[in-house]
Amino acid sequence: MEQQNQSLEAEKQEITTTDDTERTRDRQCFIPRADIYETDDTIILLADIPGADENSTDITLEKNVLTLNANVDWNMPGDYGLNYGEYGIGDYQRSFTLSDEIDRENIEATVANGVLRLRLPKSGPAKTKKISVRSG
Amino acid sequence: MNRRFRTPTVWQEMDRLQREMDRLFRATSTNRLGTGGYPAMNIWSNEDKAMITTELPGIDLDDIDISVVGDTLTLSGRRVPEELDEGARYHRQERGFGKFTRSIKLPYTVDGDRVEATYKRGVLSISLPRAEVDKPRKIQVRSA
Repeated sequence: MEQQNQSLEAEKQEITTTDDTERTRDRQCFIPRADIYETDDTIILLADIPGADENSTDITLEKNVLTLNANVDWNMPGDYGLNYGEYGIGDYQRSFTLSDEIDRENIEATVANGVLRLRLPKSGPAKTKKISVRSG
Repeated sequence: MNRRFRTPTVWQEMDRLQREMDRLFRATSTNRLGTGGYPAMNIWSNEDKAMITTELPGIDLDDIDISVVGDTLTLSGRRVPEELDEGARYHRQERGFGKFTRSIKLPYTVDGDRVEATYKRGVLSISLPRAEVDKPRKIQVRSA
């Protein structure tokens, strides 16, 4: 299938909380952009989380909901003043509902250069067994 | 009650028109918030050095080109999507890809020879020391 490439967008989308709970950290939280694509036996999720690495990223799977949480700790050293700011720096959070066909035991996650790569192998429907019929 | 069927007042109609026009313009313009394009940059500076940080996740360093002329920095490069296997299908495609070029004016002239750039966790930080000739000189005032 043709992939339609999204054009480069500079804007970060801030999270909007639907219930009245707040995040414990007092900083902005963004929704990371994600690409999800599916092959015959896996689902791959790629999310842009610049500023976070593998130690500051948490991925939890509860019932059918996969939640990514990435914390970004970044401070400008010393006496620098901000001349011009176009983007905010903050944490990332996003949740997805997974279908039942994911093999939960074998989910793999890697973070490299600010990109989270989640590999969700599909556990297919019970593999069909071919039963040979002999004369007897 | 009867309120639901009241015809909108003139002001409500004007508001609605305003919002529709805003939405129309936003859909056509590519630069919201007056950003100069992709990628978004933050510029920090003190007296001696300027720092530019920009978020560029998933970039191969060979694909980035940084050049400095006087007080202008030009950053260009490209984001390459991950290679897909045969028969892969997209559920979502939100991350952008393609070539980008951006020039930005710095608060002062910088010394091109001492510019350094680091790429960590998907954030590109460029440190630009101020050019010596550009530093302010203190002028003594003497009473005559």
